[in-house]
Amino acid sequence: MSQVTLAGVELQLDENGNLIDRSQWNREVAAELAKEEGIDALTEEHWKVLDFIAKDYAEKEAVPGMRRMNKVGGIPTKDLYRLFPGGPIKKAARIGGFPKPVSCV
Amino acid sequence: MKTLAILGAGTAGTMMANHMRRKLKVEEWTIVIVDQNPDHYYQPGYLFMPFGIYGERDVVKPKQKFIPRGVEYRICAIDRIDPEANRVVLGCGNSIDYDVLIIATGTDISLEETEGQRGSDWQKHVFDFYTFDGARKLTERLKDWKGGNLVVNIAEMPIKCPVAPLEFTFLADWWLGKKGLRDKTKITYVTPLSGAFTKPVASRILDHLLEEKGIEVVSDFSIGEINNEEHKIVSWDEREVGYDLLVSIPTNMGSAAIERSGIGDELNYVPTDKHTLQSKVKDNIFVLGDATDLPTSKAGSVAHFEAEVLTENILSYIDERELEASFDGHANCFIESGHGKGFLLDFNYELEPVPGHFPIPKVGPFKLLGESRINHLGKLAFKYVYWHALLRAIPLPMVSHKMTRAGKQIPEVSPVAV
Ligand SMILES: Cc1cc2nc3c(=O)[nH]c(=O)nc-3n(C[C@H](O)[C@H](O)[C@H](O)COP(=O)(O)OP(=O)(O)OC[C@H]3O[C@@H](n4cnc5c(N)ncnc54)[C@H](O)[C@@H]3O)c2cc1C
Repeated sequence: MSQVTLAGVELQLDENGNLIDRSQWNREVAAELAKEEGIDALTEEHWKVLDFIAKDYAEKEAVPGMRRMNKVGGIPTKDLYRLFPGGPIKKAARIGGFPKPVSCV
Repeated sequence: MKTLAILGAGTAGTMMANHMRRKLKVEEWTIVIVDQNPDHYYQPGYLFMPFGIYGERDVVKPKQKFIPRGVEYRICAIDRIDPEANRVVLGCGNSIDYDVLIIATGTDISLEETEGQRGSDWQKHVFDFYTFDGARKLTERLKDWKGGNLVVNIAEMPIKCPVAPLEFTFLADWWLGKKGLRDKTKITYVTPLSGAFTKPVASRILDHLLEEKGIEVVSDFSIGEINNEEHKIVSWDEREVGYDLLVSIPTNMGSAAIERSGIGDELNYVPTDKHTLQSKVKDNIFVLGDATDLPTSKAGSVAHFEAEVLTENILSYIDERELEASFDGHANCFIESGHGKGFLLDFNYELEPVPGHFPIPKVGPFKLLGESRINHLGKLAFKYVYWHALLRAIPLPMVSHKMTRAGKQIPEVSPVAV
């Protein structure tokens, strides 16, 4: 666990650097977290992904996997890798203020 | 007369047919079970076929043998379920009207999800061992293996028996050593996970074992394509692993009948209450085995534990009582680690696999999360238990559907598994 101040908010982070309390999250915090992940600016395309995760999380209590992003969210894997290079799901989850996704058993 | 219909006569459906026929009065309930395939396969045996440990005869028997008297067995494809009409439409041109439905249609590999899966290398240089046909062809291919790059790749999670690819890798290491081909073979384990297994404590121990055996691990690898021309797999973030022989575990998906019925999720799994096993589709539909979307392993042992819970709950449902029996996600898996040894994992929704002894604390005879010969023998004995007790739903001594914490070394703050 650690504490950082981003966009003027004092945030508690878990051992993976993900927000512990999502009520501390807002769009400015997201922009700062994105910078830490090497994404300079969050575009409309990024927000489409983040909004889908938020909507799906509210319903399923889990960060959607790649396939769910494709099929339900309508976002192709290719785009996800372009938008969040390296590890799209992990990065998008962190920027969106969600815990690190657990892979299913 | 009322009708209980069971879809799928694999591990889970067959067990339910046996349980329910004992519980429901023959004068009141007709039980019908449907499956497209007349043969029952012991899928855990596929793992042993490529190394000549099991032959085809060990893993196939007629389904009819395991379906109890008083249960009507139809060999027919299931076209779709119509929950509104309480009806199952069959591919043979007829249908079944049910009062209660059990879905046990399992999961299978799909060759359509990864680009190049069915390319020119398929079943020449690219094989699977998750099907009978695949295991058989891989057995033939390994017979003339002279060395080179052997790559084991999981396309995406979840897969049934999530430890099977690791076991395959360990057995390949042992078998190649025995054949004098180990130093001519580079083994690479390529996984979409960040480590060997989905749960942290077990993953650390298994990662170490892979390293000890000189097996290279490529993690966080999300496959985009199998490039048949250049014999390599390519990830979405453009990493490449070349192969001479690729043992692939393609995307696993629930039955297409679930998709046609419009009741599945993105992988055709049926949304199911994780404790009662009642579907979220409709009250009179229940689901067990690999067909569910539950956050536990897709394994025969899980289906066995679920069957006990589901039997109670269906009886309660019929009597209009609360569904009180609750499944805790209990899974119990042996892991073959080669050289006549094995591991045992025992876990549930809340507790990840940890070291200890099973089923009797401090005694065992099985060692949890530790390598031993008796664990390996346990795995081999499982075949006998499967054919003779499990399918016929004869209770196993000492192994309850509720996971026991006794005998487990539980870390003070156990990372909660989801
Ligand atoms: C290589 C390998 C190793 C494994 N090792 C282990 C192990 O060590 N321990 C363990 O516990 N588990 C193991 N498993 C997993 C285990 O075999 C499965 O979890 C178990 O068989 C699931 O049972 P099920 O009834 O849900 O599905 P299945 O047994 O697969 O049965 C599903 C049935 O539904 C039928 N069906 C599907 N769709 C239709 C349709 N449209 N029309 C008609 N019929 C249909 C199929 O024909 C099939 O008979 C292993 C699996 C594999 C592949």
